[in-house]
Amino acid sequence: MSVLTVQDIIKPENLVYKKTSLMTDKALSYCPGCGHGTAHRAIMEVIEELDKESETIGVAPVGCSVLAYEFMNVDMQQAAHGRAPALATAIKRLWPDKVVFTYQGDGDLAAIGTSETIHACNRGEQIVMIFINNGIYGMTGGQMAPTTLPGMKTSTSPFGRDVSTMGNPLKMTELIAQLPGTYYVTRQAVHTPSATRKAKRAIRKAFQNQLDNKPGVSFIEIVSNCNSGWKMTPIDSNIWMEENMFPFYEMGDIKVDGKMVTK
Amino acid sequence: MGELRLMKGNEALAEAAIRAGCDGYFGYPITPQSEVIEYLMAEKPFNRTGMIVLQAESEVASINMLYGGGATGKKVMTSSSSPGISLMQEGLSYLAGAEIPCVIANVVRGGPGLGDIQPAQSDYFQSVKGGGHGDYRLIVLAPASVQEMSDHVPISFDLSFKYRTPVLIVSDGLIGQMMEKVELFDTMPRLTDEEIKEKYPWATTGKPKGSERRIITSLDLDPYRQERHNHHLQAKYREIEETEVRYEMLDCEDADYIIIAYGSSARIAQKSIQLAREEGIKVGILRPITLWPFPKKQIIELMEKGVKGFLSVEMSAGQMIEDVKLTVQGKVKAEHFGRYGGVIHSPEEVLEALKEKLIGG
Repeated sequence: MSVLTVQDIIKPENLVYKKTSLMTDKALSYCPGCGHGTAHRAIMEVIEELDKESETIGVAPVGCSVLAYEFMNVDMQQAAHGRAPALATAIKRLWPDKVVFTYQGDGDLAAIGTSETIHACNRGEQIVMIFINNGIYGMTGGQMAPTTLPGMKTSTSPFGRDVSTMGNPLKMTELIAQLPGTYYVTRQAVHTPSATRKAKRAIRKAFQNQLDNKPGVSFIEIVSNCNSGWKMTPIDSNIWMEENMFPFYEMGDIKVDGKMVTK
Repeated sequence: MGELRLMKGNEALAEAAIRAGCDGYFGYPITPQSEVIEYLMAEKPFNRTGMIVLQAESEVASINMLYGGGATGKKVMTSSSSPGISLMQEGLSYLAGAEIPCVIANVVRGGPGLGDIQPAQSDYFQSVKGGGHGDYRLIVLAPASVQEMSDHVPISFDLSFKYRTPVLIVSDGLIGQMMEKVELFDTMPRLTDEEIKEKYPWATTGKPKGSERRIITSLDLDPYRQERHNHHLQAKYREIEETEVRYEMLDCEDADYIIIAYGSSARIAQKSIQLAREEGIKVGILRPITLWPFPKKQIIELMEKGVKGFLSVEMSAGQMIEDVKLTVQGKVKAEHFGRYGGVIHSPEEVLEALKEKLIGG
């Protein structure tokens, strides 16, 4: 009886999944277990499926995803901390037929870049904004973010976030959904295959809105883990996220086709 | 002859942007330069050339809009005044590091802090020595008339694309606000999207299918590669220093003394040297048109011709004088005179200072 070898399995007819060519072959710089890689892939798959490789310009500012241009195989601009929506505004105004997106973390989008975020949303720029919320500053080593939960320990809130002195976590997504300039606002996750499928559908809808010239920003928050920053194993971090982040940052659509979703 | 108009300096700058084929202006109001965006909004340049104008939420946003737009090969521009330009310094450093062409105009007012809204030249250090973080330079042009507020715009765009570097136009509240006759240049067509893709292969315009992606960034975490990038920038700056110095000399042929002054101060000094010559003192003016690169060779040549002293006249506590002194190297007298904080010196005050500091002492 012949033994089945790896070479017998790796055949074109057995192919069920293929890495999109819009992700480079470079090894991700993200920690094993982090959601960034999955989010990157979902976005790039959508762009490939929409056949917009040659029309897409991405903007990634400072944070863990500052090196997104190493992995996303489309034209990319690296922005100063918090300023991606300003860059994207100008790109889209000057090239209205292009597909423009930003990819920002919570410190970037909801702290230092609050002004750029709110005003790009308020002007109704026809861009896609992807907001990765893991409640912590990952790249600089786990400091408190605007989205850090009450009581949550970080390197700058070592005894837990005391909201009486450190302020409350900012729900930027609910905030910008109030603005007439946002067209589609949703909160998703990428920690399980089913969540990732949903998130990818939301990402596709966001890009489709831009292609269809829908008025305003399509904004997707992805609540994600930071197992390194949270000092947990990847699996524990996902369980912790489900138990602590999701009740505070509720999953699902907040605004669809320019209308608030009533729950 | 081009169209003649009586205009404010700020309006001339705005009109020149439209005519120079600028694709996008992004700005935030601040006195004494708000006429730039006001003029552009009223003029509806989109109907004239397709140029877009956007009022940003801050100077921080404006300069980053320049980053986004400039990185796609479009001609982009902003303007502001001193406090607003301070807010742009982070962006300027990124623009220089990522080698993005764009034009920024500073209509300087008195400082420090909120200061006042009167003319000043106290942003010289910030303009020519960096301003933001890291080793970088900006090409800095200093118009001395409303005419030059117009003429310097297409020159700035050309230089910014030639060297892929931001170009700063440093004017002041006097040049920005005063009205003079201007001969406007004819409108140049904006580049089409196809022309931009052809001309600027580095620009992030959406990569053709299957080809290499373009990345615009100032980041490189490998120190040796970052040093190589810095070497590349420095080589570019040396080339600019060799080839792009602009200046004007007035009555320097027989001069014993030279006033070095730019912008409004150079205009005022024209009267000072006339008064000096009436008294038999031979004074000329060296007017740097580019503040960086600085006309060092011209100063050395004047010294070699026997000039006995230089007076740096600037509406500041003495900033450009440091570059004059570095060039003169103590071989002849180099002194500073200027009123500041928004006060404009008179031609007589300049002459008095010249006599006291260069001749009397």
